[in-house]
Amino acid sequence: MKILVTIKQVPDTATQVKIAADGKTIDTTGITWIVSPYDEFAVEEALRIKEKRGQGEVVAVSLGPDRVKEALRSSLAMGCDRAIHLNDAAWSAADTLATAKALAAVIKQEAPQLVLCGRQAIDDDMGAVTAQLAELLGWPCAYWIMEAAIDADGKTVRAARQVEGGLEVFDLPLPAVLAAQKGLNEPRYPTLKGIMGAKKKEIKDVKAADLGIASEPSQLSIVGLEALPPRPAGRIIQGDVPTAVKELVRALREDAKAI
Amino acid sequence: MPNAFWCIVEDDRNGSPKKVMAEVIGEAARLAPGRVEAVWLTDKASEAGLKQLGEWGAARVLLLENAVFVPYRSEVWAAAAADLAAKESPAAIFAPVTSRQREFVARLAARLGVGLSADSVRFAMDGDKLVATRPVYAGKLLSRVTWAKSPWVATLRPNVFRPADAQPGKTASVERPSLTAPGAQMKFVERREEVSTGLPELTEAETVISGGRGMKGPENYVILEELGRVIGAAVGASRAAVDAGWRPHRFQIGQTGRTISPKLYLGFGVSGAIQHLAGMRTSKVIVAVNKDPEAPIFKIADFGIVADLFEVVPELTKEFKKLLEK
Amino acid sequence: MTFDLTSEQQLIRATAREFAETQIRPIAAEIDRDSRFPHETVKRMGELGLMGMVIPERWGGSGAGAQAYVVALEEIARVCASHAVVMSVNNSLYGDPIARFGTDAQRERFLAPVASGHAHGCFALTEPQAGSDATNQATLAVRDGDHYVLNGRKRFITTGREASFALVFCQTDREKGHRGITAFVVEKGTRGFTVGKTEDKLGIRASDTAELVFDDCRIPAQSRIGEEGQGFKIAMTAIDGGRIGIAAQAVGIATGAYERSVAYARERKAFGVIIGEHQMVQWILADMAVAIDGARLLTRKAAALKDAGRPYRTAAAMAKLFAAETAMKVTTDAIQVHGGYGFIREYEVERAFRDAKITQLYEGTSQIQKLVVARHLLRGDHGGA
Repeated sequence: MKILVTIKQVPDTATQVKIAADGKTIDTTGITWIVSPYDEFAVEEALRIKEKRGQGEVVAVSLGPDRVKEALRSSLAMGCDRAIHLNDAAWSAADTLATAKALAAVIKQEAPQLVLCGRQAIDDDMGAVTAQLAELLGWPCAYWIMEAAIDADGKTVRAARQVEGGLEVFDLPLPAVLAAQKGLNEPRYPTLKGIMGAKKKEIKDVKAADLGIASEPSQLSIVGLEALPPRPAGRIIQGDVPTAVKELVRALREDAKAI
Repeated sequence: MPNAFWCIVEDDRNGSPKKVMAEVIGEAARLAPGRVEAVWLTDKASEAGLKQLGEWGAARVLLLENAVFVPYRSEVWAAAAADLAAKESPAAIFAPVTSRQREFVARLAARLGVGLSADSVRFAMDGDKLVATRPVYAGKLLSRVTWAKSPWVATLRPNVFRPADAQPGKTASVERPSLTAPGAQMKFVERREEVSTGLPELTEAETVISGGRGMKGPENYVILEELGRVIGAAVGASRAAVDAGWRPHRFQIGQTGRTISPKLYLGFGVSGAIQHLAGMRTSKVIVAVNKDPEAPIFKIADFGIVADLFEVVPELTKEFKKLLEK
Repeated sequence: MTFDLTSEQQLIRATAREFAETQIRPIAAEIDRDSRFPHETVKRMGELGLMGMVIPERWGGSGAGAQAYVVALEEIARVCASHAVVMSVNNSLYGDPIARFGTDAQRERFLAPVASGHAHGCFALTEPQAGSDATNQATLAVRDGDHYVLNGRKRFITTGREASFALVFCQTDREKGHRGITAFVVEKGTRGFTVGKTEDKLGIRASDTAELVFDDCRIPAQSRIGEEGQGFKIAMTAIDGGRIGIAAQAVGIATGAYERSVAYARERKAFGVIIGEHQMVQWILADMAVAIDGARLLTRKAAALKDAGRPYRTAAAMAKLFAAETAMKVTTDAIQVHGGYGFIREYEVERAFRDAKITQLYEGTSQIQKLVVARHLLRGDHGGA
């Protein structure tokens, strides 16, 4: 079974982000880049499915500039078999839909039986690409999955998605798209052997023209980035516990009107 | 009606719209007075529910009532809603952030070939264009976005927008557009209910209590739940507590958990790691209780108490009980 | 000249850091307090490949090389020096000499399980009367047909209690002095081989340091590594590599303490401003940063020479000396930055301070490193400079 995993390279959460001079993007100097954590759940699940079935291929795909190769290499080190890098200036301001279109074009070429994505990338937090891929491909889709199991003949995947108040379990005929939620699995660390072996694996560069995609403006564009308005200075309530608690309750009720 | 602001209805799976719809409708009405329409995909809408939508300010309800919509499947919803949108040409499509809406709306946007602003926290009209503001980079920055063409599709973060005041007696015209029920590829197997804590849902609650590493173990969350019952709050946890296995992942607040924006957030033994702040930073009032005066959470807290949470929580429960009995 | 890590080294560093932060940090203070060997995390380090980084893939290692090794070791030591020393001993002092001097059969039996992290190895050179003066070995190995019979005691052996294999140095010919020293691998469970006292230590408390006792311990002659009389050379070669590892450990300890100090200086207020605003604190932090960077560069240089197959004895001694002195100085100053809090167990710099001390002592004290450096200087060898 061929499984394709989409990954995105994002700034590490702990990294300070600063707005660049254009006011629309972030200043990327000094940023530590990582694979978006939800995508690691997707990679891990793909590898587990392959290992359980004893055969198959896991292909990692990412869209972005040259630095994205590092993210793909890290997926290869985890155990993906090969990688595809969608690297074209035409995609520099891609919104979720443009990204989904590019990924859908690769998926049509690769024809995997299953596509696994993270539930959202932790930079822009849109959480849209999975559903948009499913729409463009005409495939069924399940979001925020906590379990996934392929049936013996590789015809359907049984997925449990997290919803308010519980889990809903569905059988999705393959091919299908799934968005991984935390809790699906515990991603492995790339082993040193995996890391050393990754340099022998292929990362194929793909341009928009290779996919026959015409350049079109993004449907959603960024007008500007702004810093958060500062929160008003807080107050540490002094005194012994009973006194401080009484004062807190009073302040919440009377000053903040929060209760 | 062309140019309407659609509000996709999130319901309680029992025929009534959820309270968060008052916020969605309220914001739509602020942007487009008199042009607000509720679009409801459900297997069964109640009369009371339809009345409620009218009282909140929907001028018209487009009711797509069919068993095929439940349980929810994005393929089915997107096909039906897109057909309707093609006939109606709405200016905007709004939905609250819930598990199904976030998927459905993204899929719908792709089907319509338009942009999507997910998890929006602010809207403004710039001439005849809508501009949405949404948190990005773990809530460290805000991004203002706009659409190349309408309908402008967006989801709205709960508890952020001012809810519409219900106007008793105000009614919406209810229409049931004809519908070719699309087929579903995926088959429902079962629903597994979570053991209910009897407390509100994390993302919907107006008050949220969170317990971090300072809780010391899973057995101690009962004191937070007791406090939660007294003040009607949801009880969540930090990543540290979830990763330690003290609470199931569905209770995690933060970047790899739930994003919340309650009126009141109370953090106990929560240090305030960036991952956690990403999920609760837009709370209106933040209270932090931690033994460590250097805990980063105090930097964003409106009120802080530097003390042992195991002394503070019972005292707080007692005080709130007294207050609310009055 | 380039100061950039290769993409593999960057990934290895990221993996080591992630592992150290998420798996080791939560237990680091506790295992130090209780002097508890962290079996679970050490096992997982083995599964990741950290225990055989300088060992070729053929023998169960990951073949990542010395430069990647110091990068990873530094990351582990930054969080926990005890884990770092276990890693260092397995790689440098046990694995590397067996990979170099062992036969294929010996590598198969004694190296593969250790390099793949399924078992630990230890390095038994030090004796009650032979510390810095390692030539003065009292443990005897007497040939008896196809066997050797070992008698004697080894002291201060890192991982001595936990190791399944011990690389033991014995005198086979007293007349020849250090040219009569021979290396053997003794397996745990061999009759006549017992573990004596485990030391209660100032630092690296989660690693075990034990006495090994050989009492008419018979081992097959096939367990001899190299030729009779080659032992001292094997030991010195191992220690040259080991010093690079200890240098990396020292850089890691210093880095951890330095980072804590910077964070503290940004948060702690005194006289109405954060203490980082005070020039005297700034000076301390600047000195720390410069020394650490110097130590790191010396360490990476020694590792690069080793990877390139060039002589690295002097470079390793320089790196170990400077890094160990840096670790001690930085951790001492880190406590100073923290004031009274730095003296308290709850603050990590207290542990870093205690852990730093050993780096000035083992695998040759700082004084011995100076001796090594000076001897080579006088011979006209400037350590690859």
